[in-house]
Amino acid sequence: MNARLTLATDVLRNLGAVVLNTLERLGRAALFLVEMLSGVPVVLRRFILIAQQLYAVGVLTLLIILVSGMFVGMVLSLQGYNTLVKFGAEESLGLMVALSLVRELGPVVTALLFAGRAGSALTAEIGLMKATEQLAGMEMMAVNPITRVLVPRFLAGVVALPLLAALFSAVGVLGGHVVGVGMLDVDAGSFWSQMQTNVDFQTDILNGVIKSVVFGIVCSWIAVFEGYDAVPTSEGVARATNRTVVYSSLSVLALDFILTALTLGDI
Amino acid sequence: MNRKTLELWVGLFVAAGLMALAMLSFKVGNLAAGDVLDGYEVKAHFENIGGLKVKSPVTLAGVRIGRVKAITVDKQRYKAVVTFELDGRYRNIPSDSTAMILTSGLLGEQYIGIVPGADEDKFLKEGDKVFKTTNAVVLENLIGQVMVKLTEGSGKK
Amino acid sequence: MSATASRDPDILVDIRDVHFSRGDRSILKGINVPIRRGSVTAIMGGSGCGKTTLLNLIGGRIKPNRGQVLVDGQSVPDLDTDALYELRKRMAMLFQSGALFTDLSVFENVAFPIREHTKLPESILRTVVLMKLETVGLRGARELMPSELSGGMARRVALARAIVLEPTLIMYDEPFTGLDPISKGVIAKLIRSLNENLGITSIVVSHDVAETCQISDYAYLMGDGRIIGEGTPAEVQQSKSEFVRQFMDGLPDGPVPYQHPSSPYVDDLTGRSP
Repeated sequence: MNARLTLATDVLRNLGAVVLNTLERLGRAALFLVEMLSGVPVVLRRFILIAQQLYAVGVLTLLIILVSGMFVGMVLSLQGYNTLVKFGAEESLGLMVALSLVRELGPVVTALLFAGRAGSALTAEIGLMKATEQLAGMEMMAVNPITRVLVPRFLAGVVALPLLAALFSAVGVLGGHVVGVGMLDVDAGSFWSQMQTNVDFQTDILNGVIKSVVFGIVCSWIAVFEGYDAVPTSEGVARATNRTVVYSSLSVLALDFILTALTLGDI
Repeated sequence: MNRKTLELWVGLFVAAGLMALAMLSFKVGNLAAGDVLDGYEVKAHFENIGGLKVKSPVTLAGVRIGRVKAITVDKQRYKAVVTFELDGRYRNIPSDSTAMILTSGLLGEQYIGIVPGADEDKFLKEGDKVFKTTNAVVLENLIGQVMVKLTEGSGKK
Repeated sequence: MSATASRDPDILVDIRDVHFSRGDRSILKGINVPIRRGSVTAIMGGSGCGKTTLLNLIGGRIKPNRGQVLVDGQSVPDLDTDALYELRKRMAMLFQSGALFTDLSVFENVAFPIREHTKLPESILRTVVLMKLETVGLRGARELMPSELSGGMARRVALARAIVLEPTLIMYDEPFTGLDPISKGVIAKLIRSLNENLGITSIVVSHDVAETCQISDYAYLMGDGRIIGEGTPAEVQQSKSEFVRQFMDGLPDGPVPYQHPSSPYVDDLTGRSP
């Protein structure tokens, strides 16, 4: 009886601790974002810092994005053809491929790949800089590590993700064209014209871009914060890297639903 | 890494990304197609517009020459008023032309097709109205008619 | 008495009655450490006795719970961020790990503070950096990356980076730990010569008794968050205090007990909880 009571209080206490820790971390993350944003004007004046990080975050992620985009486009085309041909609507293939990519798969898959490739690398890099006292050293040299190290990485992520998502969608449409027109004999003219008449710039493309900008902000924020907040040991950095991927992916998927609901306005 | 190579790569990356965005906007999307140069607006009344939407294309002999700008309802006559914008390059469309609501393919989207009339002196201009119109084919009505015809036919036998 | 000390222009860093605790654990329990301008002051003590905390207090990275930390007459805990950064430009800290930036070459590491704080033209910057690298004898290693350096070399590069803006104060955190005897000797010589030639006030935090005593003008011994002995190295080495003796001679047991605080051994083994 007594043992059961202590077990129950232990469980409750653990639950309370988890909730409190989560809230505390969220609060710290929010304050951290504010601190970073206040450093943005300073960093914008030193564009080379952002350019260096754009290379690390953008250029090095390019290959995986292009290859995945092409394959996703090809698969969409293949799957879409098999469904559409049953209704004699295979000339809408281009439309289907383009809409799926521009509205959903482009921003979401790019963000997931970005979190796995660039986000985890960012967290590990910053975490290790913390563990090896590089950030503390910088502070002692009267250089603010937030503006010197973190903000350029954050901004680079925010800029890179929409560009990567656009590349993903564009390459995906081309991949869909290769399979649809080249292999499945859909008429090239209707493939493109159906797409052009029905893909709307504002509701489809612009909203896709807005999504990818939001994902860019969230993924970079999580990656940079987890690195900066990591326990400065090898185990701590490994855990932080892991958390970056998990939290980024979950946030992207949840936000995707919210943003879609907002833009389509059906809910 | 050398600063010049770095700048080159980043430049390439950003340029490629912007080009992809441009391709999505103009080649995949309708940002360019929606543009009507130096257009003029014309109205037409329809009994039924079916699935016609704002931005649906307006064609002449299958060539796109404009787009639907607004769809409203004439409250007195209970008719749909479709306002469409025609490209300024096509100003010699006879004023007695017919506007038809057509469907591309069996289940495709609907658009307005202009069939030119015979008037050689008067052309459509800004604010004009197209009097001759043909309504959208509503599949349910069509099927209903076919059913009636079929049952009539079987009744006579 | 302490009020007069603050006006003494000879004292660069003054730590007065400082208490510091992390959570429930109190790390510093009221210590007084005045540091003379232009001297090499050693702070010695066992691992975890709060030596590094002391350096962090002087650098303004943490704030004391009680007491004063004065650097050049300014109260460090009361400075706002800008003033603190201004003050930090005049002090340098040499971390145990060196804390070199792993993505920059040796040259760029040393150039880093100059690039951040000044707008010197590239030619002058190069001259300054090469001069500092020459001081630590690593002019030839300028193109190497930090991962290619040995521990001793990394620390010398970090030292070159620390002195590149000609600070008035350098804090060395365990400068000898993990080095071979030759590298230890090199670092010791560098600390002394930087102090003598450039007049840089130096604080050396260390548990290496021999090297530290050899180069310092004055030494403080810390134990359990308190100052347990002070004086010139010679005085400290002659001290009769049991504490000091245990530390200086490296005895395993003494006033600092061999056993971590625990319940009686027999109770623990038989499972009788206290």
